[in-house]
Amino acid sequence: MSIRKIAATIGAVIVLGVLLMAVFAPLIVPHDPFAQDLNLRLVPPSFMEGGRSDHFLGTDQLGRDYFSRLIYGSRISMLIGLATVITSGLIGITLGMLGGFIGGRADMVVMFIITCRLSIPLILVALAVVSLVGSSLTVVVMTLGLLLWERFAVVTRTTVMQVRTLDYVAAAWAAGCSRSHILLREVLPNIVHHLVVVATLEMAIAILLEAALSFLGLGVPPPLPSWGLMISEAKDYMFFSPWVIMVPGVSLFVLVLGINFLGDGLRDMLGATRDA
Amino acid sequence: MSATIEIRDVAKIFRQFSGMFSAPRMVRAVDGVSLTVPAGGCFGIVGESGCGKSTLARLILGLHPASSGDILVDGRSLMAMPRRERARLIQPVFQDPFSSLNPRRTIHDIVGLPLAAQGISGKETTKRVHAMLERVGLRSEMAGRLPAQLSGGQRQRVAIARALVLGPRIVVCDEPTSALDVSVQAQILNLLAELRRDMGLTLVFISHNLAVVEHICDEVAVMYLGRVVEHASTDALFRAPTHPYTRALLASVLTPEPGLGIPDVGLGDSYPDPANVPPGCRFHPRCPMVTDVCRTEIQVPRRVGERVVECMLA
Repeated sequence: MSIRKIAATIGAVIVLGVLLMAVFAPLIVPHDPFAQDLNLRLVPPSFMEGGRSDHFLGTDQLGRDYFSRLIYGSRISMLIGLATVITSGLIGITLGMLGGFIGGRADMVVMFIITCRLSIPLILVALAVVSLVGSSLTVVVMTLGLLLWERFAVVTRTTVMQVRTLDYVAAAWAAGCSRSHILLREVLPNIVHHLVVVATLEMAIAILLEAALSFLGLGVPPPLPSWGLMISEAKDYMFFSPWVIMVPGVSLFVLVLGINFLGDGLRDMLGATRDA
Repeated sequence: MSATIEIRDVAKIFRQFSGMFSAPRMVRAVDGVSLTVPAGGCFGIVGESGCGKSTLARLILGLHPASSGDILVDGRSLMAMPRRERARLIQPVFQDPFSSLNPRRTIHDIVGLPLAAQGISGKETTKRVHAMLERVGLRSEMAGRLPAQLSGGQRQRVAIARALVLGPRIVVCDEPTSALDVSVQAQILNLLAELRRDMGLTLVFISHNLAVVEHICDEVAVMYLGRVVEHASTDALFRAPTHPYTRALLASVLTPEPGLGIPDVGLGDSYPDPANVPPGCRFHPRCPMVTDVCRTEIQVPRRVGERVVECMLA
């Protein structure tokens, strides 16, 4: 097995693991992630000195079980990642296909919209949106989804332009196929391996951005256990209780790494046409 | 029943973007071509790269709209015809069977595509696809395979099956053998000739391979810089080429004789540019017989015996 395949397998295991963790969170958490116990604040993880066996990863500054919060936090990360990719993918792929397939004026309009989007600073917009409508999970998803589509649009546009000049597209025209048939059945399946890579990249970026926004206080509101929010809340205690910032930080790193590994693996798998 | 194609003064001009502030370049790919393709025959179109023969094929197929002129089949304009109706009448076979088959669809889906576009589906499609595959010399088990699992010759057979599955009357072949091995070329050519006879097809055969054209075509048109410079029966054209360009083209055929080297056809090194057509006769910068009149006077097609030539010296 090559290194690339090993990396892809590791990525798949990580992403699947986090996904299962997120879906079955209520069944696996040992404690209520919102229950506070002020007598047990900042307990270290069980494998460190002073740790308690019933709190595997210790507790936070309000005495909430850190392992349970971490598991619930994976729900936020996966939800943000998937919802953002779906929203931005729909917008970006539609725009890219319009520009790349129709060309001419439509393409100029699409390119203009992409350029406009690229000149919008993301954090600034998020700040403005949160101050206007307040922060909630939906607001974060919508903000990221409506802003992170440009990579989808650019990649879709370029690859559609390459594919639409190929003879099998001409053959489909000559066969009398409809435009939508040609786009969805002839063109799209032949660019999907590029889009999968963009989707995983975008998902990783969305998860990191959510963490960044939550860290700045612009993301999901407390007491929801987002990994970014956990890092943000932990930063005041990091000198005396370093694990409170390390646990969500390492989790975030591992998840993003896993998503990127998986994306590369999927590209290799889907990109190669089957040989005899 | 077959069809007569009438090409009436068809032109195709591509606008080529050349910078924000300069005027677009006008590339005259096809520039006033008139031809009549007789029913049931095999009509060859030859010429060097960039002479507009592939663009003419795409115009006949309706893949590009013509800039001016009209193409009629049995007196009906193709431009006005709905695409699905035209698909039942005219189908293409492209040059490269590696790019003309969608790599992600099975042979069954590829051959069945024209049927699906006409709203035919299910068992009827499978039946007709299998029959067509066997007709072009492929086993019907191949239907479940992907193009990557087939050889070049097999792929071209699939492309022919796709072109014929609707039972069209005209098939436009754009260099159907030039991407294939020599050993496979003959098989594909014989298959096309056989299908033409059995199905009563009219073939429009575009090629730069003169040997192939001589082998299967009844009539040949020679194109140069977007215009037809000579149009005659295959016999007459190959026996006694009249236009200086046709002569040069025929003289450029390589012989298997060792030691003869590459033939010098006297055309010089310049290359025709369809965005910048020379004044007068458009062949004059390369013509070995050029006279002063050729540099100024635009040539018109003339009928010389059984053939049409666009050269005043012929």
